[in-house]
Amino acid sequence: MRASGAFYIFVCLFALCAPLFGIYPIFMMKLLCFAMFACAYNLLLGFSGMLSFGHAAFFGSAAYATAWLVTAHGWGSVPAILAGVAVSAVLGAAIGMLAIRRHGIYFAMVTLALAQLVYFICLEAPFSGGENGLQDVPRGSLFGLVSLKSDVVMYYFVLAVSVAAFLLIRRIVHSPFGQVLKAIRGNEPRALSLGYDINRYKLLAFVLSAALSGLAGSLKALVLGFTTLSDVQQANSGEVILMTLLGGAGTFFGPVIGAAAIVTLQEYLSDIVGGWVTVIIGAVFVACVLAFRRGVVGELAALRLRDWRRRRAGAA
Amino acid sequence: MTAVFGVPVAVILGQLMLGLVNGAFYAMLSLGLAVIFGLMGVVNFAHGAFYTLGAFAALFGLHWFGINYWAALVLAPLVVGILGVVVERLFLRHVYKLDPLYGLLLTFGLALVIEGTLREFFGASGQSYPVPAALQGALNLGFMILPIYRAWVIIASVIICTATWFVIERTRLGATLRAATENAPLLQAFGVNVPVLVALTYGGGVALAALAGVLAAPVIIVTPLMGNSLVTVVFAVVVIGGMGSILGSVVSGLALGVIEGFTKVVYPEASNIVVFVIMALVLILRPAGLFGRE
Repeated sequence: MRASGAFYIFVCLFALCAPLFGIYPIFMMKLLCFAMFACAYNLLLGFSGMLSFGHAAFFGSAAYATAWLVTAHGWGSVPAILAGVAVSAVLGAAIGMLAIRRHGIYFAMVTLALAQLVYFICLEAPFSGGENGLQDVPRGSLFGLVSLKSDVVMYYFVLAVSVAAFLLIRRIVHSPFGQVLKAIRGNEPRALSLGYDINRYKLLAFVLSAALSGLAGSLKALVLGFTTLSDVQQANSGEVILMTLLGGAGTFFGPVIGAAAIVTLQEYLSDIVGGWVTVIIGAVFVACVLAFRRGVVGELAALRLRDWRRRRAGAA
Repeated sequence: MTAVFGVPVAVILGQLMLGLVNGAFYAMLSLGLAVIFGLMGVVNFAHGAFYTLGAFAALFGLHWFGINYWAALVLAPLVVGILGVVVERLFLRHVYKLDPLYGLLLTFGLALVIEGTLREFFGASGQSYPVPAALQGALNLGFMILPIYRAWVIIASVIICTATWFVIERTRLGATLRAATENAPLLQAFGVNVPVLVALTYGGGVALAALAGVLAAPVIIVTPLMGNSLVTVVFAVVVIGGMGSILGSVVSGLALGVIEGFTKVVYPEASNIVVFVIMALVLILRPAGLFGRE
């Protein structure tokens, strides 16, 4: 536990100082948004054992809602972000209610199909800008006090929100509610026979995950100043699964590492290899499933555990 | 009676015909998915990618080797089927013992690899495949114009689906397959080489997808992502029909194609989403699917 404490302090320090090192703030903000998205997704996959193939719908719908409110109605950034979160939470409740009627692979297929429905709505709705999406979204200010126009100010805002979301997820997982989710993941019939209303728990986990994904999407729309169909596309749902899986589903920090790896890959590798990025992402997917299903953090933790057991066996 | 809701009957019938053609593809693809899932417990996300590969195999067989349509109908599924066997031996066989979700994730990754590679080699823009000479033209039935190729697709798909049903339900090979679905270790104890059977089933399933791809090539624009959008719809079809029965997947595939075609006439904006809406309704009314048990 102490080692991970030191690790978190190091990460926080790095994140606080990143703009001073001259790391491109937009890149860091994009990374933070996707890290938050992956952590929110992990709440569902890692801690509740539900594989959703449609999380782009929540990320994207919130991004669209925020961008539309800011550009077409002149809303402030904070109310627009909150509205985006509300939209994705409501959408999460609707999709979740349908999806939890089925299990396992059917759950995955239902979420995939319903997310495609959301995609077509974003493609065809009169306010969403069709193929172009919504462009030139101003960042606005924090309650009219602090302008978010500067990348550095925006960066610290995004960082603060991300850390808060991360701590919230930790709190949820460690709460009695999180323990019940863990029980449902472990053995659903038993949790049911113990008298837990499992559908209510699963739905709430789904809505929370959707809302936090939406928060990430809303922030991303303001950071980059646009929202396009790629935010709601199936590929985006696939990428968030990969980030979570690569870093380690069911670990707290794994999704952050996974997100950092994939965003970096897309940002820097696409200059070198062009369109082959999709192929590489597919190959990483295959490698993850075949070779390290626990993800980077999960494998490290397993290694440490084995080490600890061996030392204890040696001492005895 | 030449117009319903102010739409000429010929237009409605034309759209229903198109819908039936789409439904034929849904049926063939969900059939292959059902066969693969039944035996292997893997939801083959790469099914759409293999369908795309079938169409590209036909296209480039024609351009590079002068292979005509009829030969492509045999060769493209054969090549893709062999590729499927290779994929099964290299990757898929490692995930059978795991949660079925890993099979879904693995094949999703494979689909990205296949589609990404096709896009790098052939570009994202579409190409067209000529309709074979024997199937060109259209019949005037009096009440509507029937393009011969579309009629051929529907007839061919009905033949293919019936043949698949026959092989699985009425032959010795099919009986062995069903036995493997029921209890693979016991079948292996009887001396049947189950791993080979599984590999061939996967090969056969994706060959079916490739065959659908060849059939589709002349009526659609051949692009690397043509299977990507289709596979989502097919998944919805599978949720609606249930993967339990062959008949269920064929009937729901055809029916949903027709409903989609009808929606194009009545309310075109909703034609892309009608299948998903129906899926949502089925989930509310009959959570296990129309023909299925979970």
